Amino acid sequence: MSQNNCFHCGEIALEGNRWSLDIDGEPQIMCCPACKAVAETIIGSGLKDYYRHRTALPEVSPQQKRNASNDVREELKLYDEMAIQQSFVIRTKNEQRQTEAEAILVISGISCAACAWLIEHRLNQLEHVISASLNLTTHRLIVRWSDAKVKLSQICEEIHQLGYQAHPFSATEAEQLRIQESKTAFRRLAVAAFSTMQVMMLAVPLYVGELQGILEQYQIFLRAASMLFATAVVLYSARPFFSAALRDLRTRHLTMDVPVSIAILLAYFSSVWSTVNQGPEIYFDSVCMFTFFLLTGRFFEMRARHRMTQAGNNLLDLMPSAAIKVTLSGNVVIASNDIQIGDLLIIKPGQQIPADGLVESGTSAVDEAALTGEYLPIDKSQGDALIGGTHNVESQLMMRVTATGAEAELNTIMRLMDRAQQEKPAIAIFADKVASRFVAAVLIIASTVAIAWIVIDPSQAFWITLAVLVVTCPCALSLATPTALTAATASLREQGFLISKGHVLEGLNQIDRIVFDKTGTLTRGELSLEQSLPASQDVSLTSQQALKIATTLEQYSNHPIARAFDFIGHFETDNIEQVTGQGVKGRLINIEGQEDCTYRIGRADFAFPQQTLLPPIDDDRQWLLLADDKQPLYWFALSDTLRQGASTTIAQLKNWGIKVAILTGDPSAQVEAVASALDIREVHKGLSPEQKLKLASAWQQQGERLMMVGDGINDVPTLARADIAVAIGQASDLTKTNADAVITNNSLTTLLHAITKGKKSTKIIRQNIYWALLYNLLALPLAATGFIPPWAAAIGMSVSSLIVVGNALRLLSTDKQLGLHLTE
Amino acid sequence: MDIIYILIPLSILLIGIAVTVLFWAIKSGQFDDMDSPAHKILFDDDENLPK
Repeated sequence: MSQNNCFHCGEIALEGNRWSLDIDGEPQIMCCPACKAVAETIIGSGLKDYYRHRTALPEVSPQQKRNASNDVREELKLYDEMAIQQSFVIRTKNEQRQTEAEAILVISGISCAACAWLIEHRLNQLEHVISASLNLTTHRLIVRWSDAKVKLSQICEEIHQLGYQAHPFSATEAEQLRIQESKTAFRRLAVAAFSTMQVMMLAVPLYVGELQGILEQYQIFLRAASMLFATAVVLYSARPFFSAALRDLRTRHLTMDVPVSIAILLAYFSSVWSTVNQGPEIYFDSVCMFTFFLLTGRFFEMRARHRMTQAGNNLLDLMPSAAIKVTLSGNVVIASNDIQIGDLLIIKPGQQIPADGLVESGTSAVDEAALTGEYLPIDKSQGDALIGGTHNVESQLMMRVTATGAEAELNTIMRLMDRAQQEKPAIAIFADKVASRFVAAVLIIASTVAIAWIVIDPSQAFWITLAVLVVTCPCALSLATPTALTAATASLREQGFLISKGHVLEGLNQIDRIVFDKTGTLTRGELSLEQSLPASQDVSLTSQQALKIATTLEQYSNHPIARAFDFIGHFETDNIEQVTGQGVKGRLINIEGQEDCTYRIGRADFAFPQQTLLPPIDDDRQWLLLADDKQPLYWFALSDTLRQGASTTIAQLKNWGIKVAILTGDPSAQVEAVASALDIREVHKGLSPEQKLKLASAWQQQGERLMMVGDGINDVPTLARADIAVAIGQASDLTKTNADAVITNNSLTTLLHAITKGKKSTKIIRQNIYWALLYNLLALPLAATGFIPPWAAAIGMSVSSLIVVGNALRLLSTDKQLGLHLTE
Repeated sequence: MDIIYILIPLSILLIGIAVTVLFWAIKSGQFDDMDSPAHKILFDDDENLPK
C-alpha cells in the first residue's frame, strides 16, 4: 500500500495525516473519521491482528457507508420489537432457566476470511453473547445471546462499528428443503464412493483370477461381497436416477436418466444372476463406478446451484417488513401484512413506505427511483400520494393508508411481471437437444443389437447388449454440460457476475440486443457533484474553500443531495439548522483568517432570499447555491453520473454487433445527455413499466434475442420477459430475485466478461459433447460385435470422462487469456 | 487364502462404521461450512486479547 492510502480502507487519504492513529507505536494514515473510528474499535478490542490476517481491503469504505445510512441506530432499534423478532429469533431456556435467544444475521461487507475472524472475536468478547459463528460461504452469522442482558440492536450496532452491516435472516421453507437435499446428496455420494473403492478392490482378484484361474469357492465369495456393496449403491445412491427416469417416461421427455437407469438395473440384475448361478461375468464394479461418477457430476452441479440461490436468498427479506402505527393508546409496531386501509402510520427517514397512501403531515423527500426511474427524490408534503415500496429519505412523515395488498401500485407491477414471465421465451440448450436424440439412438441401437444376436447366437445376446449399454454409457455426455457450466459459473462469480438460472451461459452467446435502464444502471443512481461556479466575479472564495464549507453544512442533512458532498474536511460549526425541502444553514466558527459567518446552502430562494437568482447554466441538473449573509457565493451542479465502465462496455458491445437501447422511466433531458455520451441512438424515455414491456416484446416478436439490464422495480416486468435478465448489485430485492444473473461488483464491464465467458463455455460444451459422441461412435461397433471386455469398457468410460472434466476446467481461467483487455 | 473369509467381512464391518460416522458428521452439520475453518486455523489470536 502506498504512503497516501488509508490504512483501513485503502482509499487515498486527502488530508494527509490529519486522522492518523497509532498502531503498534507507528502512526498510520486514515482517510476519514469513519475509518479512524472503525480502526479504533478494532485496536481497542485487541483485535489488531485483523490487519495482519486480512487478504482484501474492506468492500465498502466506512466513509461511504456513513453517507448511505445516517440514522442507523434508530433503524436497528426496530429489530428489538417483538413483532418483528417473531419471524427470525428463536428463544430457548438454558439450565439456569434464563432465556437464550438465537438469530441468524446476514452480514454484508465481508471481503476476506479475516472479516469473519474479526466479527466472531468481537462478538464473543461481549459479555452476554454466548456464541457467534460466521459462515464464510453464506455470510451468515449465527449468534446466541442471553435475552434479558443484551439487545439484538446492540449486537447489530457492534457489528456496524466494525464497518459491516447486519440484517436478520429467516430461513424459508425452500431453504430448509435445500439443506435437506444437499445433505442427502452428500450421503448418497459417500455411500457410492466407499462402495466403489471396495468393489474395485474386490474386482482385482476377480480379474486376475480370470486370467490365472481361481478356485470357484473364492470366486463365489468375492462376487457375493461385491454384490453386497453394489446392492447398497443401487438401492440407496442410484435412487435419484430411477425416480427421474420414471418421471421422464411419464412425461415422455427423454433425458440421460433413462439409459442410465436401464444400464444400472440391467448390469446389476445380470450380475446378481451371475453371482447366484455362477455365470460368466459380473459388472458390479461398473455399476458402482458409473453411479459414483454421475453422482459426483450432479453433486457439484447442485452445489453451484445452491450457492446461487443462497446468494439470492440472502438479499431477500433483508428488512423485516414492519410499520409503526399510531393508535389512541400510543405508537405500536405492526407487521406490514396487518396494515389496513385508513391506518395512520409513521414513516421514519430511511424506512421503506409499506403501503400506498397520502401524506397526513410532515414534509420529506421520497426516493421513487425504483418505481419511476426518476433520479431525483421527490418532495412530498401534506396531501401528496405515497407509493408502497419507495423510500422516505429525509425526515419523518405521517401517512394515511389508502391501498394495501392487491390494490397497491406495487402489486399491479407484480401482476404485469407474472404475465411477462409466462411469455418468456425459452433459450434452447444445446446439450438437451443432443441428449434426447442420443438417448433415443442408444436405445434403438441396443435393441437392434439384441435382436441381431438372438438370431446369430442367443447365448451371447444378453451379454453383448449389456456391453453396448455400459460402453456407450452416456457418462461423458452427462458430465459434458454440468462440469463446463459449474466451472464457468464459478469463474464468473469471482469476476462479479452471479448467475442464478441455468440458461444464462448458453444464452449469452445468442443475444442480439441489450436493453439498458438508465437510472441506476447506466448511471450510478445517485447524485454527485459535476461542476462548481462562482456566483459572481467579486467572490474571493476559492472553489476548494467553498466546497469545504458546503461539505460542512451538508453533513447535517439527511437529503440524498447531501451524499454528493462526501468530501473530506469540516469546519467547526454552530447553530446548524436543516430546513426540510429547502437546505441547511449554520454558523461556521474558528476559520483561520476569516470572521465567523452564517452560511446557507440549498435552493436559491433559501440560500439567498434577498434576490431571485437563476442558475448560471439553464439545464436539467440540480443546482444548489451557497451564500453568506451578504452575497451569493458559489453554484454547485449535481447530476447522476455515468456508472464506471459504461462507455467502454457500450462501445465493445457495438463492436461485437450487439444492438443497444435505453428504456427509461425518467422523462428528464438528462436521458439525452446520457445517450449522447454513450452514443446510443435507440432511446425511449418517460416510459411506464407497461410501455417498457411492450417495446421489449415488440423487439422479441421481430425475432431478436433480448437481454435486459436494470435495477428498478419498474424494470421487473421487462426483466421477467427478457431472454436474459441481469440486475445491478444495488438493485431492489424484487429486481434481483427476478433476474437470471446479478452484477455484484457494480461495474458494467462485467457484462463483457460474462459474454466472453458465455461464448467460451458454449464452445467447450460443444467440444465435450462432440468428443463424447465420437467416443461412442468408436466404442459402439466394437461392443456390438462383442469385442469389448468389461474392464476395457470401464477404462474407456473413465478416460473419456476425465477428458471431458479436464476440458471443462479450462473455463476456470480468468479473462487475461481471452485477449480481452479492459481499461478504465 | 482362507484368511479372506475373515478379512473381507472385517473390511465390510469397518466400512459400515466409517459410513455411520460420516452420516453422523453430515447430520451434525460438520460439512455445512466448507470455507471458513480452512482460514480460521491460520489465525493465531490468543496473543493480543485483553485478559
